[in-house]
Formats: sequence, C-alpha cells, structure tokens
Amino acid sequence: MCAARNPVAGRDGLAVLDGEEIRRALTRIAHEILERTHGGGEIILLGIPTRGVPLARRLAARIGEFEGLEVPCGSLDVTMHRDDLRLRPARALGRTELPAAGIDGKTVVLVDDVLYSGRTVRAALDALTDFGRPLAVQLAVLVDRGHRELPIRADYVGKNLPTSQREVVHVLLAEVDDTDAVLIEDGGQP
Amino acid sequence: MKRHLISAADLSRADALLILDTAEELASLADRPIKKLPTLRGRTVVNLFFEDSTRTRISFEAAAKRLSADVINFSAKGSSVAKGESLKDTALTLEAMGADAVVIRHGASGAPHRLAGWVQGSVVNAGDGTHEHPTQALLDAFTIRRRLKGLSGAAARGEGLDGIRVTIVGDVLHSRVARSNVLLLSTLGAEVTLAAPPTLLPLAVGSWPCAVSYDLDNELPKSDVVMMLRVQQERMTAAYFPSIREYSRRYGLDVARMARLPEHAIVMHPGPMNRGVEIAAEVADSARSTIVEQVANGVTTRMAVLYLLLGGTEFPEVTQ
Repeated sequence: MCAARNPVAGRDGLAVLDGEEIRRALTRIAHEILERTHGGGEIILLGIPTRGVPLARRLAARIGEFEGLEVPCGSLDVTMHRDDLRLRPARALGRTELPAAGIDGKTVVLVDDVLYSGRTVRAALDALTDFGRPLAVQLAVLVDRGHRELPIRADYVGKNLPTSQREVVHVLLAEVDDTDAVLIEDGGQP
Repeated sequence: MKRHLISAADLSRADALLILDTAEELASLADRPIKKLPTLRGRTVVNLFFEDSTRTRISFEAAAKRLSADVINFSAKGSSVAKGESLKDTALTLEAMGADAVVIRHGASGAPHRLAGWVQGSVVNAGDGTHEHPTQALLDAFTIRRRLKGLSGAAARGEGLDGIRVTIVGDVLHSRVARSNVLLLSTLGAEVTLAAPPTLLPLAVGSWPCAVSYDLDNELPKSDVVMMLRVQQERMTAAYFPSIREYSRRYGLDVARMARLPEHAIVMHPGPMNRGVEIAAEVADSARSTIVEQVANGVTTRMAVLYLLLGGTEFPEVTQ
C-alpha cells in the first residue's frame, strides 16, 4: 500500500487513528483508570513532555467529567535521566511541574504518546524516585508500537500498533500540532 | 554551542537563550527534596583557581555536584604552582587525570584561551585577568529576565532582554564582569550604557556595543537596571581618581541616588562589595537589590552551562 497523503496534517504517512478515534481511546483509558484505581481518589497524572502532557490533561478532564473529581495533573521531564544523552548533542530540557501536594503515597499514572523501547519510561521511573515514594506507578500510552528493549509494559493502551522498526509513528495533538491524528510513516532506514 | 565557554562573544543569541531556558528548568531543582540529577555521573570537572574566589568557585562546585559530576578543586596556593610549575604543565597533569571540563580562573587575560589548546575537555572561563567572566554575565542576564520581564518557567522560554536599559557603573577598566555583560546583554537585545570616570574606561570602549557616559546622575532616571562594579584596588597600579571619597560621591550608589531610579528598577552587584564605596549598605540591603538572588541564580546558570557543554556527545562538532 502506498503511503496516503494526510490532508489535515500536511505530513506524509498513513493515518491509523483520527481525532474521533483518539477521543474514544482516551475516554476508554479514563474509564479503565477509574476502574483500576477504585474511583481515582488518590491518583496523579504525570505527562512526559512534549505530547504526554496534553494527553494527561485530557485524561484528567475526562475523569473530572465522569466522576466530578479534580485529578491533579502535571508534567515530568526525563531528559536529565535518559541513558542516551551521550549519543547526541545536549538537548533542551522540558518542563517538570508536580502537584504541590507531592507524590508520596499516591498512585502516579505516567502518560506518554508512544511506547517503543521503554527507555523513556525507565528514565521517568528514575526521575520519580527523586520526588518521593508513590504507592504505585502505572503507565498509560496512546500507542504501543512494540519493540521493547526493557522489561516494561503499559497498564493502559489506546491502540496496539504492530510496526516494523523502520517505520516512524507520529502522534499529532491539537495543543501542539493544531490537529489530532496518529500517522505511521516509512522511515526508509532499517 | 561551541565546546568551550571562554568569551561571552562566543555565544549567539540562540545559544544564550538556550542556556537561560535550560537554567529556568533547572531552577525548580532547588525546591526539591533531592537536589541532584544523575546527568554527569562519572564525568570529572576540575576547578582550577589561580586567583582567590569564594562565590564563583563554590558556585561551580555546587553546580557540578548537583549534576553528579566528580569535582576536583585546585587552588594555586599549596600546589606545585607555588613551586613554579607553568600553566601548561599544570594543564597536562590535569589532562592525564582525565578531566572532562576545566573551570579556570587566572590573573592573566587569555589564560583560558591558551588552556583550551592544551586540553581535550571543555574549558569554562571563570574570570581571566581584566578580560572576561562569561558565566557571571549569564547569571546577570538570567536575574534581569526573571526580575524585570516578570517571567519564570515556561513563559520565559525564548524571551530576550529587548528594550531593557542597563547602566553599568564604575571600574570598567579592570572589570571582566563589565566586558562580558556588555557583550552578552547587547546580544540579548538590551541597551547598555557604561557610566564611569574617563580614567576607568578602557581605550577601546568606542568599539564596544554600548553607550558611554561620565555622568551617573543623568543616566539613573532612564535605567531599568543599575549594575555596580567593585572598585578593584588590588589591580590599580596608578591613581585613577583623587580619593575613594570623591569616587564614592560621584559614582557611588547611595540612598539619594537610588531614589532617582524608576519605580521598577533593580540594583545589581557581582560581589564582593565594598560597602560604602561603590554601594551604600542601605542600598545593598534594600528590596531592589538582587545581590543574594544573583548568587542563587549563579548555581542554576552554571549547571545549565555544564550540562550543555558536557551533557551531550563528547565531541559535538564532529556530529554537526
């Protein structure tokens, strides 16, 4: 199949999820989080920059709609904890904003757009330990594309997307990219 | 960014903003229970100080330690330098010990530049003679941006100092802080004016990107920032002004002069201060003074510099 032009995104790539489907996936994840955490009383949503942060906010808003409770929501930058820093020139840092109440004794749900090697999540787990001791840490991702290099799995998955390693998955979100879509593109490199 | 930080002129506007934005993200570290990041684990930073210093050396040491680097402090007193070892031999010794970065303060202008040719790691200039002190300029720019633009965190990202009027007052001739600040602040878009007696201005000041005035009182009402420089009597080999009292009368910032400043203006001093000479004690301790804040911002800014120089690939210029 040749790559479809995506008119909204102006990017090459086959659209695997459109805005409606992303919305439904997040709605389902929000329900699953409430179910698994017995009503979501003591949870904190932490997005991993860049695109995990708007996803975490959307999930928090969704949970607020369903249960009428305000879920604390923040962001956790993992750049300084990455294991591949020495492979590229130093990169700019993202924002870390944790709820004032801290994370001790809470269930932290990490939110990211794509789960791939698992290295970002490993870095996030390391970063979290410097902030306190959560009761439990869970992981929610919009897309799980496989090819894990570490023993890490997601608790909540928007869509399982079997990919080849030469493919590139782009998640576009209205807050950052002016549109909602998940695209898959042939990267050309093995 | 280049591999070394020797002069504020090495920094483009984009480089300088990257350092300030990185510092902005690192600033929140000070409020965390564990003030440490693992980023520079296993890397070695050598503090090579040939001149006395408290705040700069401690600041670099704290910055490197918060990034988990190993820090070796070297001061000329009590080392082989006292026995007559040359800068080059000292550099080669450090090289053999595997220093990833050398932070150097030296009494001779240009010493960091020479050192950069002898060692493999990054060289950071922590003040050389009467030449430059780029990290001081960076922390001053960071302080100005936070205080005057009223911005911190994500909102400050990418914001320069455009339109801010900075007056640097006093012993410009002997001041490496002034030179670095003129270069960096003008790169960031600020309008810089030097106010000093003619004897304390360097000959080449005409080629600097700033205005020059001999009358401080004239400049005060139109300044957003007044930066007072220390009168560096240890470097003065001639009579640059008749007496300390006369200098203080004409170029010292006292309460009456501070009243001439606009409401929002801030008073800065790179330290150490001569209270009663260039700055009155009441001014130094007033709410407008950012002197203590500058010290705290120094650690954050130096962390950003060390991270950007050492945090990435070992030889960024090869990959670019």
